[in-house]
Order: sequence, then structure tokens, then C-alpha cells
Amino acid sequence: MNSRTQETRSKRQDAGASCSLLELCNITKSYPDGWTLADVSFSVERGEIVSLLGPSGCGKTTLLRLIAGLETPDGGQVLIEGQDVTHTPPHLRGFGLMFQEYALFPHKDVYGNVAFGLRMEGLAREAVAERVTQALTLVGMAGFERRDVSQLSGGERQRVALARSLAPQPRLLMLDEPLGALDRNLRERLLDELPQILHQADATAITVTHDQEEAFAIADRVVLMRDGRVVQIGTPEGVYRQPATAWVARFLGLTNLLNTKILGDEIETEIGRLEIGDWALSVANLQSLISNLQLLIRPEAARLSTGGPNTVRGVVTERSFRGERYRLSMRHESGVELAFNMPANVDLPACGEAITLSLDPQALTILPAEENTA
Amino acid sequence: MQDAGKLSSLASCILSLAFLLLFYFYPLASILTLSFAPDGRLDLSALEKLIQTPYYLRTLWFTIWQALVSTLLTVGLALPGAYVFARYEFPGKSLVQALTTIPFVLPTIVVAMAFSALLGPRGLVNTTLVKLLGLDRPPLNLQHTLAIILLAHVFYNYTLVVRIVSTYWANLDPRLPEAARMLGANRWRAFRQVTLPLLAPAIGAAALLVFIFCFTSFGVILILGGPRFATLEVEIYRQTINYFNLPLAATLSVFQIIFTFALMTVYTRLQARTALPQELRSRRSTQRRPQTGRERLFVGANVGLMLALLVTPLGALAARSFAAERGLTLDFYRSLFYNPRESAFYVPPGAAALNSLGFALATMALSVILGLMAVSALTQRKETRFLGKIGFLRRFLDPIFMLPLGTSAVTLGLGYIVALDEPPLDLRASPVLVVLAHTLVALPFVVRSVLPALQSINPRLREAAALLGAPPRRVWREIDLPIVARAALVGAVFAFTISMGEFGATSLIARPERPTLPVAIYRYLGRPGALNYGQAMAMATVLMLVCAVGFLAIERFRVGEVGEF
Repeated sequence: MNSRTQETRSKRQDAGASCSLLELCNITKSYPDGWTLADVSFSVERGEIVSLLGPSGCGKTTLLRLIAGLETPDGGQVLIEGQDVTHTPPHLRGFGLMFQEYALFPHKDVYGNVAFGLRMEGLAREAVAERVTQALTLVGMAGFERRDVSQLSGGERQRVALARSLAPQPRLLMLDEPLGALDRNLRERLLDELPQILHQADATAITVTHDQEEAFAIADRVVLMRDGRVVQIGTPEGVYRQPATAWVARFLGLTNLLNTKILGDEIETEIGRLEIGDWALSVANLQSLISNLQLLIRPEAARLSTGGPNTVRGVVTERSFRGERYRLSMRHESGVELAFNMPANVDLPACGEAITLSLDPQALTILPAEENTA
Repeated sequence: MQDAGKLSSLASCILSLAFLLLFYFYPLASILTLSFAPDGRLDLSALEKLIQTPYYLRTLWFTIWQALVSTLLTVGLALPGAYVFARYEFPGKSLVQALTTIPFVLPTIVVAMAFSALLGPRGLVNTTLVKLLGLDRPPLNLQHTLAIILLAHVFYNYTLVVRIVSTYWANLDPRLPEAARMLGANRWRAFRQVTLPLLAPAIGAAALLVFIFCFTSFGVILILGGPRFATLEVEIYRQTINYFNLPLAATLSVFQIIFTFALMTVYTRLQARTALPQELRSRRSTQRRPQTGRERLFVGANVGLMLALLVTPLGALAARSFAAERGLTLDFYRSLFYNPRESAFYVPPGAAALNSLGFALATMALSVILGLMAVSALTQRKETRFLGKIGFLRRFLDPIFMLPLGTSAVTLGLGYIVALDEPPLDLRASPVLVVLAHTLVALPFVVRSVLPALQSINPRLREAAALLGAPPRRVWREIDLPIVARAALVGAVFAFTISMGEFGATSLIARPERPTLPVAIYRYLGRPGALNYGQAMAMATVLMLVCAVGFLAIERFRVGEVGEF
């Protein structure tokens, strides 16, 4: 299995050098109610898992439906392996889509659901049976063939839906909020399993989610969307460490944002002068040319200290123990509120007591305050 | 391919509308013409005469107030039953629920016969009392009284009210009256000021439906009421059959049409409101087992009442069909199949049963085909919608297909007699006329069975199939068809049982030499002698069994709330 996977991987890279599996060029779509999808472009390489991430109503599901061929764009092109499929009907695209609420066929059992796509290909009965078994085994649902879909739990439905969309080995698999309908424990487990299953099946996939944790855990690359536009594309690490704008940072749950000016290799903020990493500084220098800047202090930046460079002093306003970490809120001498994640193995001062923290320069980032729409 | 879809969709829309136009609107229009312009000029003298004759005004008044009393009695008796079904869980509940719904599909003639078999002069109660007490005359004189009419109406509609109200009640949050009681209201005030207003749309819709059914009551009044009682419906029948006064019958029909259309309009409004209740709860959270002795007694008493109301008359009917002067006999059933009088005009009951079967099968086929056409016209998807700019017309299509439900069967029959008697549409002598009338009565039931099933198909299912590689036609075959087929089966059985039991229209348009089972029963009832009476009982029992089996089949194949009214 492993050697085969590697082999296909390298093959894919050869082919991928010529053109991407999927390429969206300047897709636009507007609706009578005034909502629009504006000028969306990005590409997906073979074997890659891309997550469309954004708040609800940002257009990610619409984009998915456009790629699937369930809707037609007003302008722009959808290319598959360099070929224009913008007006190809969905059943001829060879894509898979796992719907948000799974859309399992209620009048067919598990086998009938998973076999559907294979039967549409016109496969022989034995071949269908074999591929269904493979797909169900892959998602850990072997032996459920004759179950009625209404008897399945939420997690089982999700697996059957995944098996149904994987079974025909689609060129591109799309998953709309694949874990959205599941309870927390199940989500945690499937968050680990889903990328494994997708990679085992050699699938190229686009997932849609509003949950950054889910996107980060599953995706090789993240496409961040807001109000029908793409605001940032990058690896999960890249997006987290260097959000394109303050809005992206806030959407990712990063709330420590301060107004900032650059002074040489230091920066000045409401909580005093701070040192930041070289790399962040060079980015900051570039961006200072185009807009107002803000400093993002990521929550993992702080450690207890007694003094030295990059020190901030204040009073603990809230301290909650979360098991593997503390969530700490402090009010800086200047009145600014900051929140940090602290290691759980060190005791923290109680509420109302003074606290001194030092900030890791590598966890400080400069970013533009406003989205640059130009 | 898409053009073919458009074309077939257009064709089915035109065909189903043409059917309604020709066999529903045209006969009704003919009635109007006959009533108001018999010679081609507007002539209101028939109407004038009607209004000036106290007899007809009394008939109208009787029609209204007997319906009103029947409705009040039914709702009053059924509300406790609805509460029991809505709030309590007990062993055998689903069986009781299924059984008590049987009257809904029973032909009026069977119900009338059942009450006659129970309480009539030759009925079970009277013969038993005569025997026990050694009387020389039947002690109970209920035949041809208002009481037996009201009783039959309650029997007919009790479960209808229980079903509509309990379904709604079961979904109401039981904490609402509890909250009222915590705020200081006693049990009665909590019911009156919280529960009752919330239930009002459901109770209103149920009561209105009962009122419409009783307002157009025909078989029950004709058989149990005798010559002393007449609703508009019965009067239309008598004017047509006994006096052949078609203009007067037509004018009475116009009254009937105006009333039922107005009532139907209000009903559909109310029904739309029950479809949008407050926060609905799952039934599991609102139902429990009866715990205290008082609760058990309450539930037991209501279930007892339901079963007694259901079992006694139907049981009496079956018992009476086996009862001869001396003990039990199968004579009535045996004699169904031969012609003792060798008379040319005599039609043996077996032949009538075969006629009914033939009509019912033809009705089933025609109404399912037309029903599917109507449904496909009602649910065109965006891509294949041909109406385009006049798409707003679609909003009117649904109520138009429901119209026959609010039209009395006797009026329809009269319309056929008036309208379809000259070339090119001379169908007076054709058995097709019966099938057409039955199909019109059955069509709304077929549409109501199939439409919700088709609408309940999540569009995502079709999209999922398309993405898995199914071309449009295949999507229809794999997704729409299997789901709709079950619902169409329900509609088919509905159509079959309705046709088997239809009496109002058939009594006017069936040819004397080709009667249906209900018509034959009525004829036998009009003849003297114990054998004729016993044979009528035997035929009614057979009809009852056929309809009950049909109904159980509907319950078995029904998907969710499909086919609810």
C-alpha cells in the first residue's frame, strides 16, 4: 500500500507540473438578492486537500456547487486538467460531492447507496460488490451493507456518505461541512481519520467548513473567504502565523490586536516598545507602505517572567483551567486587555494579582488593519 | 432531451386540465345554465320560486342545522379522545388508532346499513329486546328519526376529529399549560386560556370538515332519515329521480355549490394555519403512560367509547347478515349469486359486485394516470418549467385539482345528466360515465397522496445522484420513481375504495341494468321481505370488508403523513 501510494504520488507530481487538476479563473456569480461571488480564482493540485474556510454566508458552499456543476457561473471558467468544463452537466464531470446533511437515499440501504455511482458507470455486479466492500472497509463500515440508512447514527451516516462519494474514485472529491452535523467526541475522532482516509484513497479533495480547527486539521492548503471573495490562500501554518488582515486574525480567534507604528527594528504599541522577529519585521516594512498596521500577539506568545526584553506587566482579570493549558486574561497597565494560553504545569497568580509576562518575538506578527480591496 | 421533458410535461398539464374542464367545469356550468338561463336568456324565476317556497327554505335550514348539531356533538365527544391519543402512550395504541380510522373509508351506504342493522326496527337491539322481554312490537323507534341520523354522523366523523386534533395536540409543548398552572391558573383555566387557543386552528379545521361532510350528507339521510328528512343533497336526488324536475334540481345544486365552495375556502385557509404551528416537539417528549387510577380510567373510558362506536354498528351489520328467523344462516350470501325470479330487469347481487369491481379497477387506473399527470404539472422543476412568465398560474393549479373534493357527488351526477347527454359527448348510456364520475371524486385523494411524497424528496438527493454520474432521466428513475411509486399505490387504493363505495353520483348516473354494489343495496332495501333485507345486509358486509381491507393496505403503505387531509 505504502509503496503504491508513493509511486502514485510521484507520478502525480510529474503530471501536476504541466497543469493543475482544477483551476478556477475569475469566477463570478450574482444573485437577485444582491449577493455576489466576485472574481474567485485558485487551483487545486493532484492529491491535495484544500479547505474553503469562512463564516457562514461567505459563499463557500455556492463555490462548491459551481465547481460541481450544480450551478453555472455568470463569468469565469472552471478548468479540469486544462479543459474548460464550465458548462458540463454534473453527471459528466466525474466529481464526488458529500453533502452537508449527507443526502443519503432513504429508499436504498447502505449497499444501494454506496453502489449507486458504480452502477452509473455500468460496472458488472461482481465488480460493484467488490468496490462497495472496499469503500465500506476504508471508512470502517464493513458489514453494514444491508442496514437501512434510517437506522444509522450520525457518525455512521457520515461514513456511508463518504464511502458513497469515494467508491467511484472521483477525480475530485468535495465535502461540504463533512463534520458539521456530528457531536464533539465524534468530530475529534473523525478529524484524525478523515485526512488519513482521503490520503489512503489517493483522493484530491476540497472541503468546506466554517471551523478553522477542522480546516487546519484536514487541509494541505486553506482558502479563506469573506463576502464572496477570497481573502487569503496558504498552508494552515502560514495562514495562522501570518494572517493577511486583522479580519482574518479575528476570524481565526486571534484577538490580541494592537495599533502599531514601526520604529527601526522595533515597534511601538499601546503597551510599549516591543521587539519582533526578523521575518515578521521585513513583512511589516513592506506592508507599512500600503496601510495602517496592527500588531497581532498570538495567544501562545507569553511566558511567566520577572523582567527583561518584551516584558508586559498587568493584573490577572480571569484565569480558567482547561486541562492541558490555562486560559489567562490580563489587563495591562495601559488598560489594554490581552488573552493568552499558558502551560498548565506552572501555577499562575490568582485573579486580581499582579503578573509579569515576556512575549516571544517569533509569536508577534504585523498585519494590515484594513482589508486591502484594491 | 430537455425539449422532450418539456413537451411531456406540457402534455400532462394540458391533459389533466382538459379532463377537469370537460368532466368537472363543463357539467357544473351546464347546471348553472339550466338553473338561470334555461332558454338561453337570464331567467331568475326558478330561483325566485325556490326562495318563495317554504319547503325548500326549510330544507336548506334543516341541512344547515343538522350539520351544525352533528359537528358540535362530534367535536365535543372527540376532544377527550384526541387528548388521550395526543398525551398518552398505552399498549395496543397504534392498533386502536388504525382500527378507529376505518369509518373514514366506509361507504355511506354501509354506515347507514350498519345503523339500521343495529337500531332499526329489524335491527339487533330491537329483535333481541323483543325476544328477551316477549314484546309484540319493537320497543325502540329510531328508524327515520333525527337521533339515528346524528348518531351515524358522529360515527362517521368522530375519528376524523380525533385524528386531526390529536396529531396537532401531540406536537404542542405540554409545558405550556404547566407554565400557566405555575402562574396560578387552575386546570380548567389553563386549558381554556392556553391549550384551547393553541388548538383552535386544528379544531376549527376538523369541525369545518365535519360540517362540510354533514352538509352534503346523502346516503345516511336517504336511508336512515326516510321520507321525512331531506338535505339539499337528498332533495336534488329526489327532484332528479322521482320528479325529473331538472331545472329545480339545478337551482338547488347552485345553492349547494355556493355553500360548499365558501366552506372549502375557509377550510383550506385554516388547514394552512395548522401546517405552521408554534414550536413543534417530538411526540416522544409529549406522551407518557397513564399513571394514576383516574388517568387509567379516563384513557380506558375513551378507548372503550371509540371501540364501542366502531364495533357495535359494524358488528351488528355482520351479525345481521347471518341472522334468520331461526338462528344463523348463510342463505343471504348464497342467494347473492343466482336469479330466483328469472326476471329480465333483475340484476343479481353478484353481477352488481362484478360491476363495482370493474368500475373500481378502471377508476383506479384512470385516476392514478391523471393524478400523476396533475402532480407532474404541479411540480415542474425550474429547468423544465414551460409556463415561464405565466408561472404564477401554478399557484392556482393546486386548489383547482382540489375542487372536486368540495363538490357534492349528487351535484356532479346531476351535472353529468344535464351536460353529457348530447353529441358529441353523449355518454348517458355509457358505463364510462360512472368511471368518469368516480375518477373525479378520487382524483383529489390521489393528488394529495402523491404530491407531498414528491415534494418531500430533498433536491439534494437528485443532485447527489447527478454527481454520482446519473443523467437526468436516470435520476428520475432511480430517485423520484421509487419514492413516488409507494405514494401512487396509496392513491390507487384510495381510488379503489372510493369507487367501490361511491353512492351519491352513481345513484343518479348508473344504468338500471348495470348497478354498482351500493346502488344494488339501496334497491334491495326498498323491496319488502326478509330475504331482500338480509341480502342487502350481506352485500353491505362484503362492501365493508373490501373497504376495510383497502384501508388497512393504505395504512400499511402510507409513508409518513402522506395522504393526510
